[in-house]
Amino acid sequence: MTRAILLAAASGIALTGAVYADAHSGKSITVVSWGGAYTKSQVEAYHKPWIEQTGNKIVSEDYNGGLAEIKAQVEAGNVTWDIVDVELSDAVRACDEGLAEELDMSALPDGADGTPAAEDFIAGTLDVPCAVPTIVWSTIFAYDKEKMEDGPTTMADFFDTEKFPGKRGLRKSPKANLEMALIADGVAADEVYDVLGTDEGVDRAFAKLDSIKDDVVWWEAGAQPPQLLADGEVAMTTAYNGRIFNAVAAEDKPFEIVWDGQIWDLDLWIIPKGAPNKEAAMDFLKFSTGTQALADQASWISYGPTRKSSSPLVGSYDGKPDLKMGPQMPTAPDNFKNALQNDFEFWADNQDELNERFNAWLAS
Amino acid sequence: MTDASYQTAPLPGAPSDASGALLAADGTPLKQRLRQAMKVSRRRAFLLVAPLLVFILASFVVPIVALLLYQGAYNDTYEARMPASTALLQQWDGVSEPTEEMAAAMVADLAAARESKEIGKVASRVNQELSGTRSLMTKTARRAAKMEPPYLAALIDRDKDWADIETWGAMKLASTSLTPAFYANAIDMKYMPDGSFEDQEEQRQIYVSLFVRTLLVSGGVMIACIFLGFPVAYLIAHLPARKANLLIILVLLPFWTSLLVRTTAWIAMLQSQGVLNDMLVFLGVTSDDSRFSLIYNMTGTVVAMTHILLPFMILPIYSVMKAIPPSHVRAAKSLGATDWTAFWRVYFPATIPGIGAGGLLVFILAIGYYITPALVGGSDGQLISNAIAYHMQRSLNYSLAAALGGILLLGVLVLYWLYDRIVGIDNMKLG
Amino acid sequence: MAEAEGSNDFVVFDQVQKSYDGETLVVKNLNLAIGKGEFLTMLGPSGSGKTTCLMMLAGFETATHGEIRLDGNSINNIPPHKRGIGMVFQNYALFPHMTVGENLAFPLQVRKMSKAVTKEKVAKALDMVQMGEFGDRRPTQLSGGQQQRLALARALVFEPELVLMDEPLGALDKQLREHMQYEIKHIHEQLGVTVVYVTHDQSEALTMSDRIAVFDDGIIQQLAPPAVLYEKPDNAFVASFIGENNKLRGRINGVSDGVASVTIGEGANVQALAVNCGESGETMLSIRPERVILAADAPNRLDGKVMELIYLGDHIRCRMSVAGDDAFIVKVPNSSDHAALNVGETCPVGWVTEDCRALDAA
Repeated sequence: MTRAILLAAASGIALTGAVYADAHSGKSITVVSWGGAYTKSQVEAYHKPWIEQTGNKIVSEDYNGGLAEIKAQVEAGNVTWDIVDVELSDAVRACDEGLAEELDMSALPDGADGTPAAEDFIAGTLDVPCAVPTIVWSTIFAYDKEKMEDGPTTMADFFDTEKFPGKRGLRKSPKANLEMALIADGVAADEVYDVLGTDEGVDRAFAKLDSIKDDVVWWEAGAQPPQLLADGEVAMTTAYNGRIFNAVAAEDKPFEIVWDGQIWDLDLWIIPKGAPNKEAAMDFLKFSTGTQALADQASWISYGPTRKSSSPLVGSYDGKPDLKMGPQMPTAPDNFKNALQNDFEFWADNQDELNERFNAWLAS
Repeated sequence: MTDASYQTAPLPGAPSDASGALLAADGTPLKQRLRQAMKVSRRRAFLLVAPLLVFILASFVVPIVALLLYQGAYNDTYEARMPASTALLQQWDGVSEPTEEMAAAMVADLAAARESKEIGKVASRVNQELSGTRSLMTKTARRAAKMEPPYLAALIDRDKDWADIETWGAMKLASTSLTPAFYANAIDMKYMPDGSFEDQEEQRQIYVSLFVRTLLVSGGVMIACIFLGFPVAYLIAHLPARKANLLIILVLLPFWTSLLVRTTAWIAMLQSQGVLNDMLVFLGVTSDDSRFSLIYNMTGTVVAMTHILLPFMILPIYSVMKAIPPSHVRAAKSLGATDWTAFWRVYFPATIPGIGAGGLLVFILAIGYYITPALVGGSDGQLISNAIAYHMQRSLNYSLAAALGGILLLGVLVLYWLYDRIVGIDNMKLG
Repeated sequence: MAEAEGSNDFVVFDQVQKSYDGETLVVKNLNLAIGKGEFLTMLGPSGSGKTTCLMMLAGFETATHGEIRLDGNSINNIPPHKRGIGMVFQNYALFPHMTVGENLAFPLQVRKMSKAVTKEKVAKALDMVQMGEFGDRRPTQLSGGQQQRLALARALVFEPELVLMDEPLGALDKQLREHMQYEIKHIHEQLGVTVVYVTHDQSEALTMSDRIAVFDDGIIQQLAPPAVLYEKPDNAFVASFIGENNKLRGRINGVSDGVASVTIGEGANVQALAVNCGESGETMLSIRPERVILAADAPNRLDGKVMELIYLGDHIRCRMSVAGDDAFIVKVPNSSDHAALNVGETCPVGWVTEDCRALDAA
C-alpha cells in the first residue's frame, strides 16, 4: 500500500517535471484583453489550441481598455505586454502615435476557402497598418420581454418614454449615445456623422438625449447593463451585444435585443512597440485571426468574425446545439439592416470637446 | 510660592570671559560647547530620518512639483517634433493672415513627423486646442512629402480648414511649450492665440462646477460622518475594554472588504428594487410604482461615501475621547453643571482635536474619491477626480489632468491653511 | 473645630454597602457621621474602599445598600450637580481649554450668577490662593503647585459647605506637598467648611485631620483623632499602617486588670496592655520604636543584640534582634549622655507596660 502511494507520488513528480520542462521549452507571451466572458471565448478559441500546437505558454491579463497602460509602458521603455485587444479608435491612435508595431499584413494566412487575407477580411477593416481585426461587436439596446409583452422594435422606441414607460440604461459617455439619439430622431444611419459634424447636429443629438435625461440610469462597465435589466432597475438599456447574449445563453435571462440602429465597431490585436516576444506574439496573432479560430470564438460569444470565410463555419453555442450562433451576430443580415459603424476618426477629432460638453450636460 | 523661585541667574562661582559669557571647564565659551554637543545629536537625528526624507523627496515631492505641477504648465509635444513651424508660429501675431513661409515650414515639419511616425502625438496635441484638427493634420501629413510650392495654396487645396486663421491659432497655442492653457482650461477658461483669456463656451464649462461639487460633497460627507461617528466614538470610549474592543473590530471590519464590494453592497441596498425600497413598500411607506431614487444620484454618493469614510472619523474621535480624564466631566458636575452643560462646555471642547483630525482626514479622502461616485453617483454624482481619471486614462491629456490635480492640491492646501488658522493644527490629534 | 461627638451629624453614612459586580463588596456596611466644619480623612491602602466612599458621597457612584445623608436629608437620589459639594480631584481636573479665570467662573456661571458677582468672586478666590495675576493663563502654563491651588480655589469658589478631596497632593513633590498641607489646613480653618479628605499617605492624614477613618478591606478599622490613632491603635492593621511599629508574636498566658501576660520568643515573659486579644491564644505585641527603653532597670526587660546602626541626625535608628525578631527597631535620641551602642553587642531592652499593646494576631 505504502509502496503504491510512493510510486504514484514519484511518477506524479516526474510527470509535473516533464510538463514544466515542456512548458519552458517554448516561449511565453502576455496576452491582454477585457476579461469576463470575452476573454473566456478567446482562451477557448485562441489560447488553448495555440498552446497545444506550439508548446508555447500564455499569460492572460485583463485590462479596462484605453491606451494609458500601453503608452506608459512604451514611453518608459519597459514593455511587458506582447499583444493587446483594443478598440478601433485606440488602434488608430496607437498607430498614429507610434505606440504599436507596424504589421506585415501579407503574412496573414489565406482563408480556409483559399481567399487571400486582404480580400477575406470585411472590407475596410484591414486599413490600420498596426492592427488586425478579430471581431465585430455592437452597441445595441435590450429589454426584458417578460416585463414588456409588446416590446420596442426601433431606436425611436428607446427614446419614447410615453409609449414605453420606465427607466433607460445608457453608457456614461457621449460615444454611441449621440449617434443613437440622431437615429431615433430620424437621421438615416449613413448620414449620422455628417449631421454630428455640425454644431446644429450636436445640439439636436443633445436635445434628443435631454428628452429622456430624467429617466436615465448611467452605466460604465459592460457587466452592468444585464444586471440593471435583471434587477428591474431599468426597462431597457443599451449594452454590448455579447453581454446580453451571454445573459440569455448562459443564465437563461428573458432578454431581447433590438438590433435597429446598432452601432458596430471592431476589436483588434495590436503589438505594443518594443514587445518582448514580438515574434511569438505575431505567430499567435496569425493563428488567432485564422478562419477556424475566428469561427470557433463565435461559438462562445456572439461577436462576429471579421473574416468572411469564417461565417459558414460558425456553429452552435457551446453545449447548446439548438442555439445557432449565426443569427446572434451583429453582422447577421437580419440584424444588420439599419446599422452604423462607429467612426473612429470623428471621435478621435471630437471626443475631448464632446466629452466636456456631455459631462457639462450631465451635471446641468 | 516655593516653586516660582528657581534660580536662573548665573551661578556666582562660574567663570566667565570678558564679555560676560559663561565659560565651560576647559575655557571655551559655554554656548559654543553646548552647540557642539547639540550638533552631534542633531546629526544623529538627521541620519535617523534621512532614509524617510529621501524616500519622500523621491516618491512624493519631486513627482508632485516636477511632474504634476510642471506638466500642467509645460508640454513640448509640438515644439519637440515641429521645430521649424514652431519658430515661425511664435513670431506670428495670431491675427494676421498666415504667410507662405509658415506654410512651407508646416509642410516640412508634417512630412518629417510623418516620416518619424510621431504625427499622431502632434495631432493629438493640436486637437486639444481645437477639435477636428487631429484628422486635418494626419490627413495632410500623409501628402506632405509630395506637396509643392506654393505651400499655402497646397495646404488649402488639401483641406479648406487650412485657410481658417483659427487652425493656425491652434498650432500657435500648441507650439507654445510653457503655457497657461491647461490651467486655464482647468478653470473653464480659454487661452487665446493673442495671449488673452476668454471664458470657455458655456456648453463646455464643467470643471469649476465639478470642483465646487466635489467640495460640497466632501463637506457634506464630513458633516454626516461627524454626526454619525461622534455618538459611536462616545459609546466605544465609555464601554469596558472588552466590549469596546469588539465594537472597534466592528468599526474596522469594512476595511477587510474591498472598496468595490462595499460600494456594490450599497447598490443592492438602495436601488429601486433593493432591500430598503422593498422594505418601505412592504411597510406601506411608499407604493410599488413610486419607489424612492436612493442611488445613481447625489444621495447614493453621499450615503456610500459616508459609510466608507466613517471609520476615519470614529477612530480619531475615539482615541481623543479615550484620553479625556473622566474626572473632567465629574468635576464639571460637582461644580454644579447639568449633564448637558458638563458635556457641552467641558467634554465636547476636549473632543474638538479629534473632530478636527477626523474631519480633515475624511474631507481630504473624500476630495480624492472616484470609484464610489463613478459607480453610484449617476449623472450628478461625478466628482473632479473622475475628470482627472478620464484625462489620465482615456483622453491621455496628461497636462490637463496635471493642471486639474494641481488646482485640487492647491485647494487642499488652502483648506489646510484655513483649518490651521481657525482650529490650529497643533489642536489636531490622531491618537 | 467641631469635634464630632455624634450630636453634629452633618454627613452620615448609614449602613452603606457598595458592590460593582454583585459578588464582592467593596464597601462593607459603612457607618460614619461627620460633624459640620470637621476635617475628616479617609486613610487606607489602595483598594480599601475609601475612594469609593468619597465617590458615593459626591454622587458619582450609587450605594448598593444603605443611605447617605447630608445635613439631615437623604441624597441617594440627588444627582451630583444638585448636591452642592465642592470637589478637588487627584489630577486636579482643570479644564484645559479654559483660562484660570474661566475655570473659576465655571461653577458660578452654571449657577447663573451675574457677571459682576462672578468677577468679584473669582478675584476673591484667586487672592485666597495667592494667584491674583494668573487669571488669564491656561492651566497647562501653571506649575503643579499652582494647578493644585487653582483646583482648590475652584472647589471653594461657589462656597459649598462640604468639600471633598481625592488625594489632591499625590502629584506634587515632597516639599511642595508639605507646604500645601498647611495651606489647605489654613484655608479650612479660615472658611470653616467641612472637608472629607482621601489619602493613602499617613503623615498627610496625621498633619491635617481632626479625625481619621482608617480603611481596610471595605471597613473602617478605626475612627479616631490622629493622636489616639497613633498612640492607641485598636488592631494590628492600624498599628502597622500608622507610623512605625515593632511587632512581636506571642502567646497569652492570662489577662488580669486589662494587662496581659505574654510569652514571647524562647520563654521570655512580658506584660502588655490587653487591647484586642482574647483571654488566651496567639497575640501580636505592638510597641513604637521611640518607646523602647534601653536600660538595665527597664520593666519587661529582654536582651537585644545590636544588628545595625543608622545615623539620622536627631536620632539613631538601631536595628536589633529581640526574642527571635531580627527587625526590632529602636529609635535612640541623639543625646550626648547616652551610652554609645556598638554593632554586635548585647544590651538590655524593655518598655513600660502601658506602651506595649497586645493586639489581634493577624
